[in-house]
Amino acid sequence: MSSPLLALFRREARIARSIGGGGAMGVVFFLILVSLTPFAIGPDLNLLSRIGPAILWIAALLATLLGLDRLFQADADDGSLDLFMMTSTPLELVVLVKCAAHWTLTALPLVAAAPLLGLMLGLEPEAQAGVAASLLAGTPALTLLGAIGAALTAGLRRGGLLMAVLILPLTTPVLIFGVSTAAAASGGTVPFHTPFLILCALSLATIAGAPFAAAAALRAREG
Amino acid sequence: MSQDVERLHLSARSLRVERGGRAIVTDVSFELASGEALLVLGRNGAGKSTLLRALAGFLPLRGGEMVFTGGDAPLSERAHYVGHADGLKSALTALENLSFWASMLGAAKTCPDGKLSPQQALEKVGLARIGDFPVGYLSAGQKRRVALARLFVAARPVWILDEPATALDVGSQDRFAQAMIEHRASGGMILAATHAPLGLVDARELRLDAAASAARACPSTAGAC
Repeated sequence: MSSPLLALFRREARIARSIGGGGAMGVVFFLILVSLTPFAIGPDLNLLSRIGPAILWIAALLATLLGLDRLFQADADDGSLDLFMMTSTPLELVVLVKCAAHWTLTALPLVAAAPLLGLMLGLEPEAQAGVAASLLAGTPALTLLGAIGAALTAGLRRGGLLMAVLILPLTTPVLIFGVSTAAAASGGTVPFHTPFLILCALSLATIAGAPFAAAAALRAREG
Repeated sequence: MSQDVERLHLSARSLRVERGGRAIVTDVSFELASGEALLVLGRNGAGKSTLLRALAGFLPLRGGEMVFTGGDAPLSERAHYVGHADGLKSALTALENLSFWASMLGAAKTCPDGKLSPQQALEKVGLARIGDFPVGYLSAGQKRRVALARLFVAARPVWILDEPATALDVGSQDRFAQAMIEHRASGGMILAATHAPLGLVDARELRLDAAASAARACPSTAGAC
């Protein structure tokens, strides 16, 4: 990683850790969402352990999207985005590094917290490991899909909701294969690696494609 | 590298810039060489900022052509832009902000040497002692001075300045005028939109007026404008 990109990663990390940066908000939101579910559904452990992976995945999906609307909006507001366009670093790489920083600071804690919360939902150890593995493989796709929405709404004042409306339908395949990976880990008719590899492929495809879409949206923001 | 700086030339011919389908800038032409400065003048809404943003590469040109000679890199990678937004993160300190932009903007091989360290740049704008203060605590004028210090941490020969003196006190304005003189003396060029006098001597003037859309450039010393 060359030094401008490293500097960008460090800056993003420092902003996310500062007050109001929202770095820890995602994991706290995840925690609250998952702990509320047993209150809503009731203390039926069999039911909870059956739908546990799905609850964890939906909570992770919402928690990932939570901070993403500010991914480019903050930079658009304070003029940093203009300056990114004047660097010799391609805007696509800037997008990718910002997504990598966002993923490291918000999605990675979710992956670490998921097995613990799985315990609350009565998941078997295999299912807990399956959920963590599927989140690790699938959350990059969520972050990068969200980055497209964040780029499209970067110029809007209250773009957060619009971004969620734009992006949530696109996350359907990730959700389907994420939950089926987690389910396959705790037994089932499908071997674990089949949905897991598709999930990895989805993440790799968005890593390859989404930065171009997001950068194009950022360039077309004005004019 | 210094030879590159010496033969900079920017020529714009009948530029046209649109925003949201409306033509904001039409038929603007000017020539600018190393060491020269261009003052873009006009009333509010005349298109000064739009023109500068198009020159910096943020907005597409819808007509005319712009030719920049001097090195291989396009103008946007050899220019600094200081606009209404300061480009500073309020959670980070002034030094962190400047170091970040130094490595982002100064990374290119196309940038000649002669840049200052972030601390030196802060000294140059008279803010040596607030380097480790979060930018969020600074006053508007101090923020603007930190933004101007960005001009010195990465050496780029073209400065595109949109109302650079906003919120600056008299002493800072003088200091900045001196910095602009040094920049021009070392072969750089300056394009500035302003209402207040910036202390640029012998600057070309470009009047953007919606009524007289045939804007023309001429040296202010000739008094023809």
